[in-house]
This record gives sequence, C-alpha cells and structure tokens, in this order.
Amino acid sequence: MKNGHKKRVLENPPEKIEIRIQRRDRPDAPIYWQSFEINYRRNLNVISALMEIRKNPITKEGIKTNPPVWDMSCLEQVCGICTMVINGRVRQACSALIDDLILDSGSNIITLQPMSKFPNIRDLKVDRTKMFEHLKRVKAWIELDGTHDLGAGPRISNKEAQERYVYSRCMTCGCCLEACPQYHGDNYIGPQAIAQVRLFNMHPIGKMTKNERLEALMGEDGITNCGNAQNCIKVCPMNIPLTKAIYETNREITMNAIFGWLKK
Amino acid sequence: MSVSKQAKIVVVGGGLAGLSATMKIAEAGYDVDLISVVPVKRSHSVCAQGGINGAVNTKGEGDSPWKHFDDTVYGGDFLADQPPVKRMCEMAPQIIYLFDRMGVPFARTPEGLIDFRRFGGTLHHRTAYAGASTGQQLLYALDEQVRKHEVLGKVKKYEGWEMLSLVLDDHQVCRGVVAMNLQNLELKAFYADAVIIATGGPGLIFGKSTNSQTCTGSAASACYQQGAKYANGEFIQVHPTAIPGEDKLRLMSESARGEGGRIWVPRKKGDRRDPRDIPESERWYFLEEKYPAYGNLVPRDIATREIFKVCLEGYGVNGENQVYLDLTHIPAEILNRKLGAILEIYEMFVGDDPRQVPMRIFPGVHYSMGGLWVDYEQRTNIPGLLAAGECDFSIHGANRLGANSLVSCVYGGFVAASSAIEYVKNVERKETETNGIHEAEVKRQQEINEKILKSEGPENQYKIHEELGKWMTENVTVVRYNDKLKETDNKILELMDRFKRISINDSNLWATQALPHARQLWNMLELARVITLGALNRNESRGAHYKPEFPERNDEEWLKTTIAEWSSEGPVFSYIPVDTSLIPPRKRDYSKPKGK
Repeated sequence: MKNGHKKRVLENPPEKIEIRIQRRDRPDAPIYWQSFEINYRRNLNVISALMEIRKNPITKEGIKTNPPVWDMSCLEQVCGICTMVINGRVRQACSALIDDLILDSGSNIITLQPMSKFPNIRDLKVDRTKMFEHLKRVKAWIELDGTHDLGAGPRISNKEAQERYVYSRCMTCGCCLEACPQYHGDNYIGPQAIAQVRLFNMHPIGKMTKNERLEALMGEDGITNCGNAQNCIKVCPMNIPLTKAIYETNREITMNAIFGWLKK
Repeated sequence: MSVSKQAKIVVVGGGLAGLSATMKIAEAGYDVDLISVVPVKRSHSVCAQGGINGAVNTKGEGDSPWKHFDDTVYGGDFLADQPPVKRMCEMAPQIIYLFDRMGVPFARTPEGLIDFRRFGGTLHHRTAYAGASTGQQLLYALDEQVRKHEVLGKVKKYEGWEMLSLVLDDHQVCRGVVAMNLQNLELKAFYADAVIIATGGPGLIFGKSTNSQTCTGSAASACYQQGAKYANGEFIQVHPTAIPGEDKLRLMSESARGEGGRIWVPRKKGDRRDPRDIPESERWYFLEEKYPAYGNLVPRDIATREIFKVCLEGYGVNGENQVYLDLTHIPAEILNRKLGAILEIYEMFVGDDPRQVPMRIFPGVHYSMGGLWVDYEQRTNIPGLLAAGECDFSIHGANRLGANSLVSCVYGGFVAASSAIEYVKNVERKETETNGIHEAEVKRQQEINEKILKSEGPENQYKIHEELGKWMTENVTVVRYNDKLKETDNKILELMDRFKRISINDSNLWATQALPHARQLWNMLELARVITLGALNRNESRGAHYKPEFPERNDEEWLKTTIAEWSSEGPVFSYIPVDTSLIPPRKRDYSKPKGK
C-alpha cells in the first residue's frame, strides 16, 4: 500500500487534543482561526472530533462560537466529500485517525484547513463543481446506442478489466488538484480528468470515440500543462497511477498527431 | 417522438435508483430536474461493496431467473409481493449487461465473460462484481451517462438542495416539491407533472449504522407526513459483519464470506490467545455447524442473530461483542484482487492485516426493507408521486439478500421512469388546479424554518439525535421485546416534545448545517415511531423481525403488509394481504438445501 495508511496505536495518549480550525463565515469574509479542545478517546478520527465540537462549540478560550461547517457523507473514504487539508496534507477527514496524526507530528494539536484550490463556501466546505465540469469537457462517458436491452457487452480479459478498475475508483475528491503546482483553480484539465480519459479509452466501446476525448486534452489548458511534478500520485487516496495515465495518454495524443498528419 | 414541452419530471435523490430513472427519462426525451443533497457522484450507493445479482449462469450451475426469484422470496420470508420480484429477477441479467456496456470494470472469467461469485441465501454463483466496490462503479457509470444528458440539456441538477415537502393540490395530486438550497437556505418550488422519490434508507435514525450521513430518511418521512403510505417500516436489516467505530459502523462486505471467509469464536469462553495460536479443534465455526448447507452464507438476518446469540452467551472474542471473520486461509493474491477495497478499509480503521489476522466484527444497522408503499409500477398512493430504491418497500420482504439491493435500485428506477412517463402523457395540467399551491407550500415551509430558528430552549438537537440512536439500536434491532418497544415509543414521544425546546446553535445562517439537521431530525422522529410501533404490533418472528416472545413465523395472522398512515395523533396502522400468487409460502430452513 502506498497511500494506504494502516492504523497505528498511540502508546501514551494525551488527555486532551486540540483541533485548530481555519474558519471563514462567508465566501467574501476574511479567514480566522479558532481552537477547540476535546477529551482524547480511542479510535477518534477527525470527523468524530468535529462532531464532538459541533454539539457544543466552545473555543479553547471558553468563548461560545458557531459550529464549524464541513462536508461529510460515507465516512469510509469512498465518496470523497470530506476532503480537507489536515496538518498541511490534503486527505479525507474520515480516514484521518487522531492516533496516526499525533504519531506523525508528535503533537496533540491538529490543524484543519479547507482545500485552497477551490472556492471556499464556509469554514472547511469548498465547491468542487469545476472538477465535474472538467469531466464534461473530456466526455467522460461511454457513447451507447441506447440503454435498452442489446445483449451482452464485449468480451474483455481480466487483465484489462483490472487495469481499468484501478482508474474507475477515482472519487473526484480533488486531492490531486490541490497538490498540483500547475493547477490554480483555473481551467487546466488536471490529472483526474486525464485518468478518466485513460479509463474510457481503454474500453472496447469507449475506444470508438477516443479521439474526441484526446482532442479535448490538446491545446491550451490541456495535458501539456502537466509539469511532471508528480505530486498528484503522492496524495491520491485511491492509489490511482495518475502519472502513468498522463504519460500513456500523452503518448497516444502524439501517435494520433503523427498518424493524423500522415493521413493528410 | 412528440413530447409535450411542458412535461417535467422531478427526481429526488441521485443514487442508483434516482440516476437510473433520470437516465431513462432523459433518454425518452423528457426534461428532468434532479435534486440531491450531495453531488450525485457522492451518493450512498458508493458504499455498496460486494456486487449485483443476476442469474446469468456463467458457471453452468443451472441457475435461472426463476431460481433467483425463489431465493429472493424465500430469503425475504415470503413477505414480498411476488410479481415485481419475478420481473426484477428476469430483468437482472439485462441490467448487468447494460452496466458492462456502460464501462463498469466487472471481474472476468478466463474466457473474458463477466465473472460471478457466491453471496448469502443462494447456492449459486450469481453476483457480478467490480473488486469489492461494485456500488461505486455502478453509480459512476450512471453518473457518467446522466452527465452526458446534462450536457445535452435534458437534465438540470440541483446538487446541494434538500427536498422538504411535496406540493399537493386540493385533490391530493402531487404537482411538485419544495426544496431548500443548503448554502443560502433559499426555498424553491419545483413544478412537476410527476415526482420520483429515490432518497435511500433511514439508517441515521439508529445513530450509528453502515449508512452514509445523508441517509436520514427525511424525504420519505416528509412524503409519509403528507399522506403517502409507509409499508413494513419495522423490517430493518442488521448486517452481520461491520466494524464498530466512533462515528459509524463500517461495512465488511458479505463478499468476504462469498469468497470463503469463515465466522468463528474460540470454543472456550474468554480465551485470550492470539487467534492464530488457537488450533482448529478449539474454534467454533457456529454458522457452519448449525447450517451445513449454507454455512457462512446463510441470509443476513440469521447470521446476525447467531452472532448476537454467541456474544450474549459469553463466547464473544475477549468476552466482548465481537466475533472473528477469518480470511487468512485464502491466498493473499486472491484476496487483493477480489476483496482489496474492503481489506484496505479494515486496515485503515482497525490496523490489523486481514490477510494475516482474522478480522473482528459485529452486526450493524444496514438497510430498511420497509419504505414508501408502491404498486407494481412503483406508484405510491399519491397520484403523480413514485418511489424507487431503498426508500420503497417492495422486493425484499422481511429480509433482503445480499447483492439484491443494487439490482432492485436499478430495476425500481427503470420501472418508475417508464411509469412516470406514462403518467405525464395523460396528466391534466389545469391552471385552476395548481393556482397558488406552490407559493403556499413554500410559505408553509418558510414558516416551519422560522419557527425552528426562533425556538429557544435548553435542548440540543445533536443530543436528541444521539439518544434516539441509542434507544433504537438497543431496542428496535436484532431482538425485540414488547415492553421495550413500548418504552422506546414513549422515549420517542419525549424526544419529540423536547425537540420543541431546541436552540439552533449557529447564528450564521450561511451554509449552516444546524437548520437542515433539525428538519431531518424531526422527520427521523416521525419515522422512528412507524418503525417502533410497527414492530410492537407484529407479534410474530419473520425475517429480520425477531421476538423471543413470539419466536415463530405466523402466516395465519401475520402474512400481511404493514401500512402506516400519518395522523396528528401518531401513525395509524392497517394491514393488506401479500401477493403470494406465484410461490406458495413454505417454512425457511437453511440447515439443508432449499426445498421446492
């Protein structure tokens, strides 16, 4: 496991932990920081710590305040919604275990910030609509004749299915874009959408329209904006081979350009 | 095709059922407004792990849709109306093929066909799977197809909106919904000729469950409070294998047992040895012993009760409420390929490597068999209102078989779509009928919001929710006693009273989560009564509903569907016959192969 963070046990836990949260009341309001103290318990993760704070939000200094706002849903690291920056690293809050965080940092203070590359709605909540717009741009779907019964699909080897499975796990969480030095909340298509092009272009039916997807990756804001920093692959919680997808897709575009040129 | 330009269908919920319906409606040329509390790609369907059932008979075991049908009805302890179950099982292979064409990376056989694995309640390999995250891949395939229709202008998504109520005209016909924008709290009436509710299950009523935080059952409860019938609410599935956690119970898929995982406890009570040091002869594989034919793959209601029982008798690992789910005898390569996703969840949240050390698991609330009553075309009793997926009551009877939820969601969505299209072709759109009703409903909802926001008192909404969860989990899950059920209903009434004295603890209304949670909480309390009183009334044991005081299934008195209708005095119960026209009810016995 690369990014699989196997749970570890903290031997001498502190009595209390401190959650430092970067807050913002509205998109146009200034940011500010607040700290909250909660009692340490075994098996706490960032989500359960936030739930504890939400019940009765009083800062470390004893001042009553509004509850922090954050997104959460599946709590099993498969929906991607609770992504935030925890102790400086972008990841899902549900799988960020307090013991691990203390072991890594040596401190019982845990810092939470919203992702910085997406519009900040309030506190830890961001708007990642742009990522879904990028999926539209690259036509990240299979073109079907229709959804009526047309019998069995194509035969596919298990090896191909496994290779595609790895890409199909992308939950559009945005970790790769948050870590990418080339992405600044702009139109750069980014690793996630390129990996989805790879996913669809490998499928026997998807292949039939692969040029449309490749074309969407060419030109301004396309695949050539990748600076090969390889940060994306280090933060992807699903261990998707994003750099491989970028390399292979880029090669496919080049081959296409050559053959396209030869055809002319 | 000539489609009336006015026709508009609203789909509420963007999981498998909602997206299936949306895709079919858009493909037929109709406009859809799709309302979802989260971006649809993040819906709870992503949590489904093990697979999707369909009798494709790839393994030459003589499997057939009829056998799938019989397994489902038998597994559901004969409480399901049978005709739609049969239709679903017949459609299941086509559904799997369609998802294959849409690009779901199903595992394959050496010949390149879709591979199938075993699941509970059947002796056939009938479950198609993509790793151990099949729900995620199925949901994404639909998400992608719906995105295409969005680009084509047929679908308009309202993500980050929560449905609060139906808009009903004077004749109790559904003409739309009112939903709230979760950022600015704007209320908006959505005009519709038909509304499909596909909002999933109510797991959060039990506090901690395997469900996502969005699974409040709030929208279905709102429909119930406006006159929709709610059926078989007391049938709540408790999944045998979950990992207890502080914030939720994380599912450990039935596919772990489908691939050969074994459940056991040490034969000696309180044996504290490392499980790897306990020899075979000193392990009690209690499911295999009691149910030789199905072994670890007995249906969930039975596995859950047995695990509960051994723990209650003191055989739980280290004397605690946990048993072993053991995969260590299976080669790591196979485990990684077939179960990788769930093993990672276990490692992430527990720390042990399930390839090396048996997992420790315990049952957790997982699924509601009950839900909005629908006819065989997914229509509720309110004209213009349809329901599909976990929020409807059909298909699963008293107990759902593993890997049947995904297929029932897609089936329900498809049927609801064609049924809604038929309806809107003929519905009258007289202005006199709908004049002002949308504005009036927005106003009514606005007033409820204002009342909650103004409310001041010592009560805390999150604490009320916690208490509700604890009481429901303690008394309305695996083992049910009438006195405890009565006490629980009294407790819910107390919580409903205390709800009136909550203070919203967020003075900033921009993107606040406190008001939406308060609205959901009230709806959960209303549904909690339906579940609890439905269980109190039903004096028998059937499927997931088990009363030691009435340990047998009693077809004479209780082979009937529970119907709850809302009134200001509480739910009013009535009972309607179950359609058993295709397979006569027979006794369930999983100790031997299923009789005919």
